[in-house]
Amino acid sequence: MKKNIKLLFLLTFLISINNAKAIAETSQELLKVDWSFKSFIGKFDRASLQRGYQVYNEVCASCHSIKYLSYRNLAEKGGPEFSEEEAKAIASNFEVVDGPDSTGEMFTRSARLSDKFVMPYANEEEAKSTNGGAYPPDMSVLVKARAGGADYIYSLLLGYEDPPADVKLDEGVYYNKYMYGNKIKMSAPLSDGLIEYSDGTKATTEQMAKDVVSFLMWAAEPHLEQRHKFGFRVLIYLIIISVLVYFSMKKIWSRIESKV
Amino acid sequence: MSNHDYQPKSKLGKWFNDRLPLLTLSNHLQEYPTPKNLNYWWTFGGILTFCLITQIVTGVILGMHYIAHADLAFESVEHIMRDVNYGWLIRYVHANGASMFFLAVYIHIFRALYYGSYKSPREVIWIIGMIIYFLMMATAFMGYVLPWGQMSFWGATVITNLFSAVPFIGESITNWLWGGYAVDNPTLTRFFSLHYLLPFLILGLVILHIWALHVPGNNNPIGIEIKKPSNDTVPFHPYIVIKDLFALILFLIVFAFFVFYSPNILGHADNYIEANPMVTPAHIVPEWYLLPFYAILRSVPDKLFGVIAMFASIFVLVILPWLDTSKVRSAIFRPIYKQFYWFLVADVIILGYMGAMPAEGTYLIIARVATVYYFLHFLVILPVLGSKEKTLDVPLSITEPVLGGYPNQAKTKDKLNIKESL
Repeated sequence: MKKNIKLLFLLTFLISINNAKAIAETSQELLKVDWSFKSFIGKFDRASLQRGYQVYNEVCASCHSIKYLSYRNLAEKGGPEFSEEEAKAIASNFEVVDGPDSTGEMFTRSARLSDKFVMPYANEEEAKSTNGGAYPPDMSVLVKARAGGADYIYSLLLGYEDPPADVKLDEGVYYNKYMYGNKIKMSAPLSDGLIEYSDGTKATTEQMAKDVVSFLMWAAEPHLEQRHKFGFRVLIYLIIISVLVYFSMKKIWSRIESKV
Repeated sequence: MSNHDYQPKSKLGKWFNDRLPLLTLSNHLQEYPTPKNLNYWWTFGGILTFCLITQIVTGVILGMHYIAHADLAFESVEHIMRDVNYGWLIRYVHANGASMFFLAVYIHIFRALYYGSYKSPREVIWIIGMIIYFLMMATAFMGYVLPWGQMSFWGATVITNLFSAVPFIGESITNWLWGGYAVDNPTLTRFFSLHYLLPFLILGLVILHIWALHVPGNNNPIGIEIKKPSNDTVPFHPYIVIKDLFALILFLIVFAFFVFYSPNILGHADNYIEANPMVTPAHIVPEWYLLPFYAILRSVPDKLFGVIAMFASIFVLVILPWLDTSKVRSAIFRPIYKQFYWFLVADVIILGYMGAMPAEGTYLIIARVATVYYFLHFLVILPVLGSKEKTLDVPLSITEPVLGGYPNQAKTKDKLNIKESL
């Protein structure tokens, strides 16, 4: 019993450190969403990922890149699972520079499944100069790059409000109660009815935030479903084998104990 | 290595064994007499060996796909996570494996502290262990730099800058470490090279650690010398093997939980932002297992003395066998030491917590008190306890208290419940 307490002691220690880190970075309590991908066998909501891609494509993509995602990923298992034709059609809407061709010239062609997501700006400098000096971060691993993860991004998207009287904002700076330091250079990106979902879902701000954050979670962890599936099997396997080994151990040690 | 008289049964075995006595070694490892009252705290040696092998195997595979270049490292890690077959699994096992490795090594070290395993005749085992621990920290630190995220870059900057505190030649040393005038590509490539090398040095030291262990044999919970082999011992195989295996599987359940369900909880979110020398993160925090040392470093106002205090905090551990002068090993028979032991555990945890907090105000004061207490424990309390403490009666053998041959049976029986410890 005492041993268990000591072990608990150590685990609490580990967890408290992480809590401490999270607390140090965000003072405001985050909005909690009951994400479908949490829990031991959590999966993405396919329809939500597809809607999330639509939100990303129609809203975020004008400033934010997702440079580590390829169009083929959209049709892969565990993701939005567009059909291959749909993914090809999505890719063909974008133009990429390829080459050099046999005459040594670079040329543009429409994107294929194997191409990475086309970026809105050629480089960081262009991105900055078009956005008042602020760099819209790449969204490939954005959810993992912020303490609070999916809940944080979701909260941030819904966290725009009028600044308190004592806060002075410069031109092009907005007040967000979840942002570190409360000042953000991105204006509120979502508003009710901003886009029209192709599956007919009502495009409320909350709905779009939820969908796009699900999509970004997948973009950051494309193998999340496989990981959960594996993990569940591994844990079951380990628990069964621990029981078997436990009884083997008891049997082997009984030879000694009977002699004592 | 007692049974050198071992003879293989087969003719081929005998022929080979006369030329290279591997079969004798294998026989020794199986027969190796182990105290039969070892509890589960003793299973962490085996667990640590497992951790080291896991880190090496996963690390070698990651090394096949990783690119040690400041412009490509971050991207290559994402390539591993997305496009390499089971790359996500290998990387998460490796990253969380480092944390699990340290979790196990801390339990292993605190077990040795509780049961006095560092005392004569086991000083060399202890010192080799401390060298391993030191190399582990160096390896883990350099490994954390490799993904080239923000925390990688700034962690490397902070830690390598420590050497600039050395008088006169400090700056030259840091420039030499960096391979330039700042942390940059040359720093990354040399860290990768060393990160690949050090685990093999650790492996060699682990072999020496085990070899040195097999000379006097294991300590045990009651900390007495026992006759080997005797009624007090069991052969390593199958008794200890099966028990270590059971403990390892329980450990793996915790390990798997982290890998599959919270693979990033022990890391810092900022490390998923690519390194940027122009942007300093709000808080630069090392990995959790280095936090107590980080707290000691920051609690000293002077940089040079802070660095000295940090290294001294490891060095006092190295000379511990000579600081603790008590003849009795196990804390079971040292009522006062036992109290101070738990104070030390609490102290190190407090230091770790303070290492994660900003170094200001109350946090800084607590960190300073905890730092002073840490050194007080080793440099004052232990030497004084050695001469002043009145220890309890120590039994003569492991089986004796149970057999009833011991006068003070009532006192020790509940503490030495053999069944519980098996």
